[in-house]
Amino acid sequence: MKTKKNWLIALILVLIISMLSACGSAEKTGGKESKDTLSVIKKRGKLVVGVKYDTNLFGYKDPSSGKVEGFDIDIAKALAKKIFGDEKKLELKEVTSKTRVQMLKNGDIDAIIATMTITPDRKKEVNFSDVYFKAGQSLLVKKGSKIKGIDDIKKGTKVLAVKGSTSVQNIKDKAPDAQVLEFENYAEAFTALKAGKGEALTTDNSILYGMADQDSNYTLVGEPFTDEPYGIALKKGDNKFTKYVNTFIKEIQDNGDYDKIKSKWIKEQ
Amino acid sequence: MLDFSILTNNIDTYLEGFLNTLKVSLLALILSFILGVIIAVMRISPMKVLQLAGTAFVEFIRNIPLILILFIFYYGLPSLGMELSGFQAGTIALSIYTAAFIAEAIRAGILSVDKGQMEAGRSSGLTYIQTMRYIILPQAIKIVIPPLGNQFINLVKNSSILGVVAGLDLMYFGDSISSATYVVFDVYIFVALFYLILTIPLSLFVGYLERRLAVTG
Repeated sequence: MKTKKNWLIALILVLIISMLSACGSAEKTGGKESKDTLSVIKKRGKLVVGVKYDTNLFGYKDPSSGKVEGFDIDIAKALAKKIFGDEKKLELKEVTSKTRVQMLKNGDIDAIIATMTITPDRKKEVNFSDVYFKAGQSLLVKKGSKIKGIDDIKKGTKVLAVKGSTSVQNIKDKAPDAQVLEFENYAEAFTALKAGKGEALTTDNSILYGMADQDSNYTLVGEPFTDEPYGIALKKGDNKFTKYVNTFIKEIQDNGDYDKIKSKWIKEQ
Repeated sequence: MLDFSILTNNIDTYLEGFLNTLKVSLLALILSFILGVIIAVMRISPMKVLQLAGTAFVEFIRNIPLILILFIFYYGLPSLGMELSGFQAGTIALSIYTAAFIAEAIRAGILSVDKGQMEAGRSSGLTYIQTMRYIILPQAIKIVIPPLGNQFINLVKNSSILGVVAGLDLMYFGDSISSATYVVFDVYIFVALFYLILTIPLSLFVGYLERRLAVTG
């Protein structure tokens, strides 16, 4: 009797799960067919943007206030303001370098504004807007380190990086002898640097500035050794929304909003 | 349906991860078994101090998440001047964590042997250790094998935790391949298959041992 009951419960669970997944896929295909994100956003009444929560200065969740703040967040707010005339009609979702493309493809988010570098490879997966921020990859080391730039990275030097970011491939190209250790996110990579798990941490200078801002024992060394143009990623093939976002970027650059946002967060040294 | 070019193009990476997962699993299996036996013996020993220490270990380790133990070893120990790689920290954390469960399984097995067996052994002139060695443990082992097997299978799966501290295991390289190819589903399905190569034989072997011991007993 009891086993029969258990079977029944199991069966019901399976049914519920399959129904839920059916709903999910129906929604997704709907999004894919129309390929018009802008009308989906307007119908929904809010813009959903994937941002980082762990990247100081760009997208960072302040543990004490619980607020997500940064350069990317302000850009997202400005975009919501352009669409709805109200920057509050915005929902932020946390993404990592690892999850963001999949989330965009799934339709979980309308756009990625998350320190994402435009690359030819990624262009096959998503549409990119025009460049909204010019960054470059650099190195963060402990003050007084022997490493003064990319040329000091010798065989066996441990360099820390973040999974799923372009910086992993770049450092392997520029310093093939380096031993690259990849971490889940910037916070863990920085903790690993502080714990002495590697001699240098590499990623875009924009992010490294944020880390150096947090802990003055660490500093950037050498000139940036790559060009990392950041773009807003949108669903592949949605050229209408891409055009819309490009107009938006041009508008805020022309009317001075962009410079205000930039100088609020990035203090160039 | 599955894109096998992902497997063939990245086979070296997959294999490196697979070998490291195998290595960490074997090392942790041996270490956790030794540690688990010691703790179990402590917990059932007649000495109060040992009992207490054993219980404290089991309750402390069993009731915190594995990833926390790992972070303590990986990020915490350097502040005490101890440098561990992701692989080393992972092996230690896994061994300690699994040892707590193994100790419990072994202790339960020994306690399930009838009390009269110990009394009979002692009254026929054997010492405590001898009674354990020749009378209690051979009976307990049959009871202990199934739960022990489960712990070892869990250990192999739990070794995926190395991926978060750059432990160079299957999961780590799975993430790495996935971010280099922008393929998520297929990459992880292959990772799953590699785990199954380790866990299915282990599972079958435990089943075989169970049957074999049941017959001779």
